[in-house]
Amino acid sequence: MTSRDTSVLLDIRDLSVRFNTDSGVVHAVNHLNLSLHRGKALGFVGETGAGKTTTALAILRLIQSPPGQITSGEILFEGHDIMKMTEAEKRHIRGNRIAMIFQDPMTSLNPIMTVEDQITEMISLHSNLMGNEVSKRAREMLALVGIRPERAKDYPHQFSGGMRQRVGIAIALACEPALLIADEPTTALDVTIQAQVLELIKDLQSVVKTSLLLITHDLGIVAEICQDVAIMYAGRLVEYSDIRSLYGHPMHPYTQGLFNAVPNLDSPLGGKLAVIPGLPPDPTDLPKGCSFSPRCPYAQAVCHEKACGMREVAPNHFVDCYFPLGVEGGQRS
Amino acid sequence: MPANNSMLKYTLIRLRRNYLAVLGFVVLFVLIGSAIFAERISPFGYADQDYMMIRQPPSAQHLLGTDQFGRDVLSRLIYGSRISLQVGLIAVSISLIVGGAIGAIGGYFGGRTDSVLMRIMDVQLAIPTILLAIVISSALGPGLVNLMVAVGITSIPRFARLMRASVLSIKGMEFIEAARAMGASHMRIILLYILPNCAAPLIVQSTLSVANAILFAATLSFLGLGIQPPFPEWGGMLSDARPYIRDSAYLSIFPGLAIMITIVALNCIGDGLRDALDPKQKR
Amino acid sequence: MSERTGNADALLDIRRLKKYFNVRKGLLHAVDDVSLTIRKGKTLGLVGESGCGKSTLGRVVIGLIEATAGEVFFHGEDTLKFTAEQRSVFRTQAQIVFQDPFSSLNPRMSVAQQISEPLRINNACRNKREIDAKVKELMDTVGLAERIATSFPHELDGGRRQRIGVARALALDPEFIVLDEPVSALDVCIQAQILNLLQELKKERGYTYLFISHNLSVVRYVSDEVAVMYLGQVVEKADNVALFGKPIHPYTQALLSAVPVAKLDAKKERILLEGDVPSPIDPAPGCRFAGRCAYRQDVCLQDNPVLSEIEPGHFVSCHFAGFLQRHE
Repeated sequence: MTSRDTSVLLDIRDLSVRFNTDSGVVHAVNHLNLSLHRGKALGFVGETGAGKTTTALAILRLIQSPPGQITSGEILFEGHDIMKMTEAEKRHIRGNRIAMIFQDPMTSLNPIMTVEDQITEMISLHSNLMGNEVSKRAREMLALVGIRPERAKDYPHQFSGGMRQRVGIAIALACEPALLIADEPTTALDVTIQAQVLELIKDLQSVVKTSLLLITHDLGIVAEICQDVAIMYAGRLVEYSDIRSLYGHPMHPYTQGLFNAVPNLDSPLGGKLAVIPGLPPDPTDLPKGCSFSPRCPYAQAVCHEKACGMREVAPNHFVDCYFPLGVEGGQRS
Repeated sequence: MPANNSMLKYTLIRLRRNYLAVLGFVVLFVLIGSAIFAERISPFGYADQDYMMIRQPPSAQHLLGTDQFGRDVLSRLIYGSRISLQVGLIAVSISLIVGGAIGAIGGYFGGRTDSVLMRIMDVQLAIPTILLAIVISSALGPGLVNLMVAVGITSIPRFARLMRASVLSIKGMEFIEAARAMGASHMRIILLYILPNCAAPLIVQSTLSVANAILFAATLSFLGLGIQPPFPEWGGMLSDARPYIRDSAYLSIFPGLAIMITIVALNCIGDGLRDALDPKQKR
Repeated sequence: MSERTGNADALLDIRRLKKYFNVRKGLLHAVDDVSLTIRKGKTLGLVGESGCGKSTLGRVVIGLIEATAGEVFFHGEDTLKFTAEQRSVFRTQAQIVFQDPFSSLNPRMSVAQQISEPLRINNACRNKREIDAKVKELMDTVGLAERIATSFPHELDGGRRQRIGVARALALDPEFIVLDEPVSALDVCIQAQILNLLQELKKERGYTYLFISHNLSVVRYVSDEVAVMYLGQVVEKADNVALFGKPIHPYTQALLSAVPVAKLDAKKERILLEGDVPSPIDPAPGCRFAGRCAYRQDVCLQDNPVLSEIEPGHFVSCHFAGFLQRHE
């Protein structure tokens, strides 16, 4: 996971982010190590408060400080540490090399600019194209996401949620970024529209060859789009693997809890959902040892004392657990 | 009314960080103190005349000097604070209660009631406030009470609009629907569900309105309406000092400063409260 | 079981319910001629995407919104024609849990106050002691610790807030509860806890639920019968197994195929619908789904199909329901 070869597009090392609030210090991200390879899609999964969006904002250096503060770590993008970049270099990267799609298409678009203008703004900011070429490219992007050219001069409020999200995607991909961060891009959309947008993202990923960091809480979406998956809990990574390995045999008790908690369309009826008791820990008062240990049905004394740390338990399958499920020497699942 | 302890505590913590607001509170407390204990701290009575000391500049005996009747300026300022605060508080209370009621009823019931009430407010707003205050004051006659009523009336539309906006935004929230689903009466919903949630903007506006009311009172007194001599009112003191501006400038400066410091202090408090009560503000 | 003749053991019998809103652009057909029955002790899942009218339907049933036309029979009496007195009795029999735990609670009332509100408003208890006892009992039932009785909503997480919402709905001992997207705003782990709670309560106390949601997996988990809504109309209605096992209406099929599955190699034929949901304002004649339907024919654009029983207990609103049923 910490290789230095050029196929690694994004390498996050020991990232810690905290927020100084009135009710205490919120430890949003704790010593995160994560890497994303070129051309791949990584699913970044966790519940609210796990630290996924904070990580995304940290990558783009968009964390407001105060009250936020990056207390440790490096974020290497294409080999260069984003933390050490100047303001001008960061602006060059944002939108151009790394782009982001947000969850709520209603509020992430500028209501007083036409959609075409919003795309051309992005293009003009970062490329050397001029005049006609810029509009041409904007229309190409709109066509790419399936919006008819006659709608280019419409305003965001004239589009439906799904269409607005497509516009967001068009803006994000306008400069052909190397990395696209999508923060819960379909959560606010209806199921059938979500299906359309997911298909679009999948197609575009293969056409434009952008690497994708997909933040979501939905393991179904990850299964469809991503090759690798990372599970976050209380600001820490608890499991990381390619999807085949993780979906085949999840090893961290939390991951298994996530799978069990969601009813799906072919599970048998009439049963009870296997629930993880309790609540995620208070981020201002994280437990000693493994953050998940208070809720873990398999926790032992050592778990409450000291966190294990990520270790490779199977080929390319990393778990932060002393007793990963289904592994010899660990708990039988 | 349910007490919201942690909200109050939270607000106070955030307010403490705002230096200007803290300063403003200090000034306000000094003012309140001087208004309450005027008899004890003031060196002279506000009407005590000393013909030997007419228009004396500040000295050891009369710290801020004396006016054209030999009255001690400092004492008159101290007693004046009582009047200013009274006017501020009572006038704002009138505006708040009447304006608040109008805004709440209009906002909650909507439809024709709302239209009628808001048009009345619009009519009032079309009249320049100072003119309105003068007219009401003249009609009612001189005196402290009439001054308070006049100033109170001029601010009613502002509170009505504010309350209405708050009510409208809260009316659409789900917990109001939930209350209706439980069978709550309109009165109960307005008193227990809507009003407690409107408090923040109203508190801020009230603070700023007190400042405004004091300014208005001073203006009206300056124009000869409202408080009559020998009662000391800062604006009246300013007006009386006009003929002597060249020779005894201090007679204008001190009341003017008193007004200015009070207004600025109240505004700082109002701004501080607005920031502290804003849930989206993170520091 | 035909809903036209009314049902002996139907607790709730909704007949030809319509709710139209007058908006600037025209007449918004939020709920358009919907008929449903719910039997005592059962859960009817109402599924659909945004704008299909399911939330509006729930609110009309509970009496929060006035209907434009139609009847809602509860224990054989039309609730839409209730007097104020009858309505206050109805309130003790039918309650609602809202979607958003963040906005469905009064920010300025403590937990105990919120839960006791229905008791105080309806004079359900004789004195303060009884109220306190009832509140304690309710908090216990929904799994809330006693010590948070004096806490305020902003101090609590979504799961606890939703439990307060449930406790509040249970305060008057209703028989029938409308659940409007009760878990949609919650994280999956908390969602599971709340769903389990709802199921337990139903089993122990025999509640009847109208469970409204856009999340098909959740609806499948909790419902005995399911109705699918599209643009104000019911397009398919069947018991759980039949609807999810053998969906007939093209919209239901598209809906089911659109749900992402948390499993690998679940390669299924995904039916992608073209375009967006049309506007519910002054809808065109003909089938509402025709514009996006892969099977549309001329008749679909002219006549709005009627909900008909294709198989025992399985109703579909489509001109070609029989054809689709045989060829699936």
